[in-house]
Amino acid sequence: MTVSVDSAALVAPEAARRRLSRLQHLDLAGLVVTLATLLGAVFWAFPLYWGLVTTFKPEYEVVRPGIALWPAHFTLENYGHVLLETKIGLWYINSLITSGAVTVIVVTMSACAGYAISQLDFPGRRFFWWAILASFMVPVPALIVNHFILMSQLGVINTLAGVVGPLLVYSPVVVIIYKQFFDSVPKDFREAAVMDGSNEFQLFFRIYLPMNWGITTALAIITFIGAWNQFLWPFLAVSSEDRMNITVGITQVHDAFGVQYARDLAVAMLAALPVALVYLIFQRRVTQAIMLSAGIKG
Amino acid sequence: MLRSKRIEYLTAAALMTPFVVIYGVLFVYPTIKMVEQSLTNAPLIGPGKWIGFDNFHRLASDRLFSVAIWNTLYFVVLSVVPSTLLALAVALGVNRLKGWTQSVVLAAFFLPYILPVSVVTAIWAWMLDKDFGIAQNAVQLFNNGQHLSIFRTIPMFMPAVAFVTVWWLLGFNVLLFIAGLRNISSEIYEAAGLDGAGRWAQFTRITWPLIWPVTVLVFTIQLILQLKIFDQVYLFAQGGRVDATMVMVQYIYKQAFQMNKGGLADAAAVVLFLLIVVLSVLQFQLLRARGAR
Repeated sequence: MTVSVDSAALVAPEAARRRLSRLQHLDLAGLVVTLATLLGAVFWAFPLYWGLVTTFKPEYEVVRPGIALWPAHFTLENYGHVLLETKIGLWYINSLITSGAVTVIVVTMSACAGYAISQLDFPGRRFFWWAILASFMVPVPALIVNHFILMSQLGVINTLAGVVGPLLVYSPVVVIIYKQFFDSVPKDFREAAVMDGSNEFQLFFRIYLPMNWGITTALAIITFIGAWNQFLWPFLAVSSEDRMNITVGITQVHDAFGVQYARDLAVAMLAALPVALVYLIFQRRVTQAIMLSAGIKG
Repeated sequence: MLRSKRIEYLTAAALMTPFVVIYGVLFVYPTIKMVEQSLTNAPLIGPGKWIGFDNFHRLASDRLFSVAIWNTLYFVVLSVVPSTLLALAVALGVNRLKGWTQSVVLAAFFLPYILPVSVVTAIWAWMLDKDFGIAQNAVQLFNNGQHLSIFRTIPMFMPAVAFVTVWWLLGFNVLLFIAGLRNISSEIYEAAGLDGAGRWAQFTRITWPLIWPVTVLVFTIQLILQLKIFDQVYLFAQGGRVDATMVMVQYIYKQAFQMNKGGLADAAAVVLFLLIVVLSVLQFQLLRARGAR
């Protein structure tokens, strides 16, 4: 008894001293890491802030030397100008229509296919599953030439339908996520509903879809953001300014004015506004959906 | 029983048809056509004559194509490695923060990722603008007090595009790493702490081995993604010496849509296609090997 008390008394101060020194050591290193992270975040966010704040400055102030973190003379004139003098309204509408169409088609079609692969037994089920997985290997930019030829054979080049078509290639990942979520619905629900005489369509629309509204919202949001942000295909598919998506249209503004920094940036900020808003409102859903699709591609 | 099986098949057919049609039209058919046309001298629109592997021989001797391949690989090295390592560092830092600070800091790193590419290039064209860009203050320090037109200086072009790309996409990698770090049980760290393992030992003995699979995932996703680079390079090079900074997808674009050589463009597309299929198979095997262990 006495022995153990003695050794504990001997050890305790030593351990306490060690812990204390480690604590001090830890705090310093930890503080440095935290400060570096915060600085990094400021550095990362700064270009966004700088781009935004520039749009509120009159052009003469934009080209003034020195760093003004806030406009001396706050103005919305740049936004007024681009809204009135460019086709940005039209590009907005084009982007909304095409991204909306892509979202509705991809989500609907993929939910159906995901349900069939998850819940139904039919010949070729495994084959389709492998075909979907294999599609991740296909580099979509390698297909641009033949997508273009196909769309011109269908006579939809330079139309909004032609923009939508090849953007549907991003559906396989949505099918897989739906399949996994439908797989995890307990079989009891299905059995109970079948006992009550429900058919497959009723099962799908009354049980499986409503139980997965959360994932439907998440998938719809990232499909929309993804379609809105596409550049290469909308850029190839459309040549007339009236049918351009906003991501393509804003790269054309340049030529029209010569260099007008604040106006160019105002157009860019307007193009980013919808996706930035959607992200800030649905932050958790967006990250959830991105994690899911990344996990699958891996 | 037989009747209900038939109904099940019909339901499945009804649900699968839209997807299968889209899949066939947008993946299978263009892929077959790509291979077929790569063996002809077809223009962009219209039929061509069968010329065997001539297009591939031409690619092999085309200086522009080898420039495009080298630029692509150079860009991949410049963007993939830094974005993977930096993302891990940021994730470790963000993971230490708590509550709303963590959300705000994470959002700061993530926000660029959800922006359209042309917005990203507009912001950075302004940041780096030769006359009035704020980043020229930093450029001056390394350029004898002179401003430098970054995207018109060939040796600066790819590093600058890679830098902007890392800025743009880092948030995605950070997100994956944070998810990986959260999967490591805090008990392991507590046990190691009791055994007297310091911060560095904890990182090398616990965090790094356990986060390694995520590192491989992030690295391979970025590798495959960046081989397909086009948008940023095209937008930043507009009006400059495009050929010197050409990348593979841009080469396909140029041959097909500017030179009207559909066959040659598709031959280049086949090369890119094979390159990425091989890498995807390797990635799949790598990740499956990890799963088996």
